[in-house]
Amino acid sequence: MEGRQAGKESKQPSSVSVDLQGDSSLQVEISDAVSERDKVKFTVQTKSCLPHFTQLEFSVVRQHEEFIWLHDAYVENEEYAGLIIPPAPPRPDFEASREKLQKLGEGDSSITREEFAKMKQELEAEYLAIFKKTVAMHEVFLQRLAAHPTLRRDHNFFVFLEYGQDLSVRGKNRKELLGGYLRNIVKSADEALITRMSGLKEVDDFFEHERTFLLEYHTRIRDACLRADRVMYSHKCLADDYIPISAALNSLGVQEVNQLKMSFLKLAEFFERLRKLEGRVASDEDLKLSDMLRYYMRDSQAAKDLLYRRLRALADYENANKALDKARTRNREVRTAESHQQQCCQRFERLSDSAKQELMDFKSRRVISFRKNLIELAELELKHAKASTLLLWNTLLTLKGEP
Amino acid sequence: MAAEREPPPLGDAKPTDFEELEDGEDLFTSTVSTLESSPSSPEPASLPAEDVSTNSNGPKPAEVVLDDDREDLFAEATEEVSLDSPEREPILSSEPSPAVTPVTPTTLIAPRIESKSMSAPVIFDRSREEIEEEANGDVFDIEIGVSDPEKVGDGMNAYMAYRVTTKTSLSMFSKSEFSVKRRFSDFLGLHSKLASKYLHVGYIVPPAPEKSIVGMTKVKVGKEDSSSTEFVEKRRAALERYLQRTVKHPTLLQDPDLRQFLESSELPRAVNTQALSGAGILRMVNKAADAVNKMTIKMNESDAWFEEKQQQFENLDQQLRKLHASVEALVCHRKELSANTAAFAKSAAMLGNSEDHTALSRALSQLAEVEEKIDQLHQEQAFADFYMFSELLSDYIRLIAAVKGVFDHRMKCWQKWEDAQITLLKKRETEAKMMVANKPDKIQQAKNEIREWEAKVQQGERDFEQISKTIRKEVGRFELIKYWEAFLPEAKAIA
Repeated sequence: MEGRQAGKESKQPSSVSVDLQGDSSLQVEISDAVSERDKVKFTVQTKSCLPHFTQLEFSVVRQHEEFIWLHDAYVENEEYAGLIIPPAPPRPDFEASREKLQKLGEGDSSITREEFAKMKQELEAEYLAIFKKTVAMHEVFLQRLAAHPTLRRDHNFFVFLEYGQDLSVRGKNRKELLGGYLRNIVKSADEALITRMSGLKEVDDFFEHERTFLLEYHTRIRDACLRADRVMYSHKCLADDYIPISAALNSLGVQEVNQLKMSFLKLAEFFERLRKLEGRVASDEDLKLSDMLRYYMRDSQAAKDLLYRRLRALADYENANKALDKARTRNREVRTAESHQQQCCQRFERLSDSAKQELMDFKSRRVISFRKNLIELAELELKHAKASTLLLWNTLLTLKGEP
Repeated sequence: MAAEREPPPLGDAKPTDFEELEDGEDLFTSTVSTLESSPSSPEPASLPAEDVSTNSNGPKPAEVVLDDDREDLFAEATEEVSLDSPEREPILSSEPSPAVTPVTPTTLIAPRIESKSMSAPVIFDRSREEIEEEANGDVFDIEIGVSDPEKVGDGMNAYMAYRVTTKTSLSMFSKSEFSVKRRFSDFLGLHSKLASKYLHVGYIVPPAPEKSIVGMTKVKVGKEDSSSTEFVEKRRAALERYLQRTVKHPTLLQDPDLRQFLESSELPRAVNTQALSGAGILRMVNKAADAVNKMTIKMNESDAWFEEKQQQFENLDQQLRKLHASVEALVCHRKELSANTAAFAKSAAMLGNSEDHTALSRALSQLAEVEEKIDQLHQEQAFADFYMFSELLSDYIRLIAAVKGVFDHRMKCWQKWEDAQITLLKKRETEAKMMVANKPDKIQQAKNEIREWEAKVQQGERDFEQISKTIRKEVGRFELIKYWEAFLPEAKAIA
């Protein structure tokens, strides 16, 4: 679903392709986004013919914290324990670029006016890019929720989409954040414990395989994502470097009076164009490669979470079994133990089934998305490489043809 | 004789000649403007114009001006020849010169000086000197290469020996191809000898590459990592450029020291170039004293050309430094980029390994390979950037420092001359006082002193004149060479 609207920001198609099953009974998109100092306000627009909603088309304004609230609501909901919950969108982070803008504004007397203007332009473009990315991330989150047959029926989701007024969800304060961290630690410790427990063995080969695969995959994709980020950053630095070079050559050229002048000016122009190309290369890489890797990193984390939940359920089941046996031997509280065991068994099985389905979905989704992005990346890189070769050739010819 | 040549025979050649000069490199903006005006204005009137514009500090404006003009023209003539551009050569050769070649340059300016009464011998002396240079410029056939760095010796006494190969067709060398082994301190020794001989006369001596204690120690210790090989390569290229620049200078080429450096297999070890030696410290002290002096000397620059040039060089220096800094940043980032790309390639490969979907897995590993290749490419480009662009820039920065040094020498010369004049005045005053006080023997002494100082004044004045002239010529050459040198490596680097 491409987003197109008459709002302030023109959006780009989301780079992470989510294969939506073309079910148009619920369409969600972020039609507008406004950045106000610290916060970003998203306008979420919904078109739906489902009976739950009172209107056919409506929109609300939401902030990042409300997205997080929605995500957490899903995670904590026991019913969805067997599903991969789409990862929450990251916080809009303009810190880095704001810092740079400030540093630039503080003024470095050694750079000329043109240089300053160019750098400012670059920073503004960066800011804009970050902004667009965060909008896309939020949108993808909602769209995946809308596409999932189970998740879309959540009551909280409807509230999120429809409730006109502020959801009055405050951001997590420090205590809650800390609590969140602790919970994560506990969870990973728990996981480690469970896997080492002797009595527990994975009955299903599929899950065993998936587990090892996911663990490995997750670490590696995290690695790749980090490094891709660094590559993109270097590219950007490179592009930025061309600015002072071009400016210096320009001033040199202005000073000289002979043919050297023409050469210098031409060189200055060349560097300027090269810079734009390099900048574009960097941003494309960022979009296609880094973002995709990052998204799948988070997605694989979510898949891992799912597996963990299942494992937990399995452990519970085992425990319940043991408790049942113990109760049977003691012939006390057999009923409760039995029902408990039943419950656990059911839960476990339910989880296993849905997990299987989810994981296969995850895989196919991943393959498709990777394919699309890699193809686009290759095409773009090719295009840019050709353009820069052409530029180099032309400049060379002009420089040679002069004297 | 020379003055008898009338404009008409050279009529067609001359205006085009001047036009060519105008269109081409406007080397001396002030003098060229006068050259432009001369074809249009009548001959005698052109001279006062030249008088004003090229007014140097000498007390004999007319003759000096003329010398300068001719000098400039000759300089340009030399430049044109060495440029090798086809359009220039026909100009000189098409000069209707029934006379022998030596007189040709004179005919160039003959129309302009016809109304001036010049002593013929002076003209001929001048022209012969110039022709010698021109002849050399014509046959500038000498190629120098520095190659094969080898480590000789061990431990802290080790050094790198470079092979210096010369290919030439010049007659003053005994063979046409020869090579010798030299070490870095030999190069420095050569530079200091040349500097001591020529710098104070006003020639711009190309600066030698800098000593780097850190780099050399690493090499000596025998660390065989990439940074030390880089360092050696950098140094080798710098030495080559240094030698090439030095031999391009026609006067320096004649120098016996240079010849000895290029030819003889054994060279006396230049000990006083060591960093921590007594001579080194003396040099540092001298440099400090010079800096202080520079601040205190206030010279009345009555020559607009010098002032303008100095200003230009200041600006150029600043800009080159800025450019150099940015290029260094560029090189650094490119190296970073290549390192990061390599890391990414590895992790992409690992990702491809763990992916179970086979097609995707293959695609990812291919991505890894591509990225690796890109990384190599980036590294190469980084090196190219570095060697060509950045080193060249730093060379030029140092050259400009040398030029500034030359200007400073000129100032010192002027200072000496001024002092001599002042002392002369004082001596004259003392003499006058003596005469009044009527002390015969003191008068005699005073008279002697006066004569001595007069001689010094004249000497100082002459020196100053010479230095000014030489500097002008040098600056002209410098600008031209700079153009060519800058252009070629640029083009290569981009490609």
